[in-house]
Amino acid sequence: MFDSLSDRLGGILDRLKKRGALTEADVNEAMREVRRALIEADVALDVVRSFTDRVRSRAVGAEVVKSVTPGQMVVKIVNDELVAMLGSDAKPIDLDAAPPVPVLMVGLQGSGKTTSTAKIAKRLTERGNRKVLMASLDTRRPAAMEQLATLGRQVGVETLPIVAGQSAVQIARRAMDAGRLGGFDVVMLDTAGRVTLDEALMAEVAEVKAITRPHEVLLVADSLTGQDAVNTAKAFDERVGLTGIVLTRADGDGRGGAALSMRAVTGKPIKLLGTGEKMDALEDFDPRRVAGRILGMGDVVSLVEKA
Amino acid sequence: TRTASNLTTGITDLFTKKKLDAATLEDLEDILIRADLGVQTAENISAVVGKGRYEKDIDPEEVRALIAGEIEKTLAPVAVPLVFDSAHKPFVLLMVGVNGSGKTTTIGKVASKLRAEGKKVVLAAADTFRAAAIEQLKVWADRTGAAIVAREQGSDAAGVAFDAYAKAKAEGADVLIVDTAGRLQNRTELMAELEKVVRVLKKQEPAAPHAVVLVLDATVGQNALVQVEAFKRVAGVTGLVMTKLDGTARGGILVAIAAKHGLPVHLVGVGEGIDDLQPFAARDFARAIVGLE
Ligand SMILES: Nc1nc2c(ncn2[C@@H]2O[C@H](COP(=O)(O)OP(=O)(O)OP(=O)(O)O)[C@@H](O)[C@H]2O)c(=O)[nH]1
Ligand SMILES: Nc1nc2c(ncn2[C@@H]2O[C@H](COP(=O)(O)OP(=O)(O)OP(=O)(O)O)[C@@H](O)[C@H]2O)c(=O)[nH]1
Ligand SMILES: [Mg+2]
Ligand SMILES: [Mg+2]
Repeated sequence: MFDSLSDRLGGILDRLKKRGALTEADVNEAMREVRRALIEADVALDVVRSFTDRVRSRAVGAEVVKSVTPGQMVVKIVNDELVAMLGSDAKPIDLDAAPPVPVLMVGLQGSGKTTSTAKIAKRLTERGNRKVLMASLDTRRPAAMEQLATLGRQVGVETLPIVAGQSAVQIARRAMDAGRLGGFDVVMLDTAGRVTLDEALMAEVAEVKAITRPHEVLLVADSLTGQDAVNTAKAFDERVGLTGIVLTRADGDGRGGAALSMRAVTGKPIKLLGTGEKMDALEDFDPRRVAGRILGMGDVVSLVEKA
Repeated sequence: TRTASNLTTGITDLFTKKKLDAATLEDLEDILIRADLGVQTAENISAVVGKGRYEKDIDPEEVRALIAGEIEKTLAPVAVPLVFDSAHKPFVLLMVGVNGSGKTTTIGKVASKLRAEGKKVVLAAADTFRAAAIEQLKVWADRTGAAIVAREQGSDAAGVAFDAYAKAKAEGADVLIVDTAGRLQNRTELMAELEKVVRVLKKQEPAAPHAVVLVLDATVGQNALVQVEAFKRVAGVTGLVMTKLDGTARGGILVAIAAKHGLPVHLVGVGEGIDDLQPFAARDFARAIVGLE
């Protein structure tokens, strides 16, 4: 249903059929399409604006090389700028701290926190050879703790025994104690989903953070999120202080503009992508692939190589 | 809310000069885009609002009311309650949607309303995939006094739906609500599984499922349009529910969906509690989008 950006820009710029440097008029025309494409990809409007400003200043006066059309040239500049903004190199989860290293998972309801917690625990256990303990601090969602316990059994990672009636803060303390006593390398803290307007719950997670002093605070967010991505990312970052972002449901056919939005407003790296419901569906973030997705084209890479 | 305050300042800023011009209308579009209406729908609405009012003096409140009015016009026809026709016994409601959108919770809330009306309700735990999905639905069954039919995790979803229908029929239940696993609409094999659930229900009762409700999360962006298309095609969606409107997201994609598909929007979720479910009100929804609450 979406045209790729190169199709659109081709229509506009290739009509001009000229060579040499891109003029301001050419670029302005092109930026209108870029803006539209990014909004359709769910990039937040304010981010779209600063992005097109950056691209505009780079594109005006750029020489169009022989092997590509002006449209392809602009796509290349857009793509390069997107990759740069998304964060060029992968930032893995950092465990460089005294064990047990706490990792706190936060986010809106249903974003994929519990699933991602278990996936990350599995990866750290199998690839990183760490001894991981998982704890559910979700005292609200029906069967949330059972969900994490079931996943723990599936992936062979220990979970903190469930004690009914404890608050999230009490569970967090117990988890850290168990982590120390049990000689664990990492303690993964899964929290209940919360909307950022819920003052009581935002205060709760801030308190959990203060007590556990996590080395990583990961915002788990749905890559199908629309314009609200900026509000959510900003609110969690301001209130809890994030160290990174995990984007789930990257196996969907969404264009994933939320990645750019959240990266742009928080400056925090996107560390991992969730690419399915199964426990091994977790991938390192690759800005080139995500940029291609946002632009609605799988062929960006080859195009860029040509240019 | 954040959206509301953006809108308010946006519009007040625009109209210090109090003349409606192209730049003003473009800013107005931006406001709608920020609420996830999408470029096309935003352009359409601002065009209608601008028509015949160019260069006319107009105050900010008036413009807001005009936009809200336009949105309301699109939404009013789709604000249709979910009716459980008692001619069908049991009336079969199938809940579908992408992962984590709020299907199971909404089932709990709907069951609670039905139980309060004295209806006999059976829940089918046909999400046999997700960890503890069955336990989650069981909690809702206990809370609402609904019966539940479940098999162990990993068993065939259509089989559970089959059993549940048989039980609901035999016991004279009024309503059967089938919970399904979340699935992304581009996952062909999972969509085929959903198709099978529908097929199995139809085998027992050709008119079933009598309602197929797609649950959309208010934070979702433009992908919701694709979700609606795919679930409509595969499962014959008859209506929508939008959840999580208690957050900062306004769910403006519903306006684009209404314009394109005209599917009924039955209910909205405004929290995690059992009573946090409201009828969809076109006027309130439209006014919230433009910050008139
Ligand atoms: N397709 C897909 N589904 C995912 C992914 N990550 C999580 N899910 C699914 O999304 C749904 C919600 O995941 P959860 O892990 O329960 O989300 P949560 O954030 O813990 O939810 P709450 O605790 O209720 O706030 C489940 O159906 C998961 O299987 C992903 O990367 N891809
Ligand atoms: N704030 C808020 N949270 C909601 C609402 N509806 C559901 N939730 C929460 O969203 C999360 C996901 O809800 P579920 O009902 O498990 O979603 P689901 O679609 O059944 O998820 P899967 O079965 O994993 O695909 C849970 O934490 C719910 O409590 C709502 O209207 N507002
Ligand atoms: Mg969870
Ligand atoms: Mg469910």
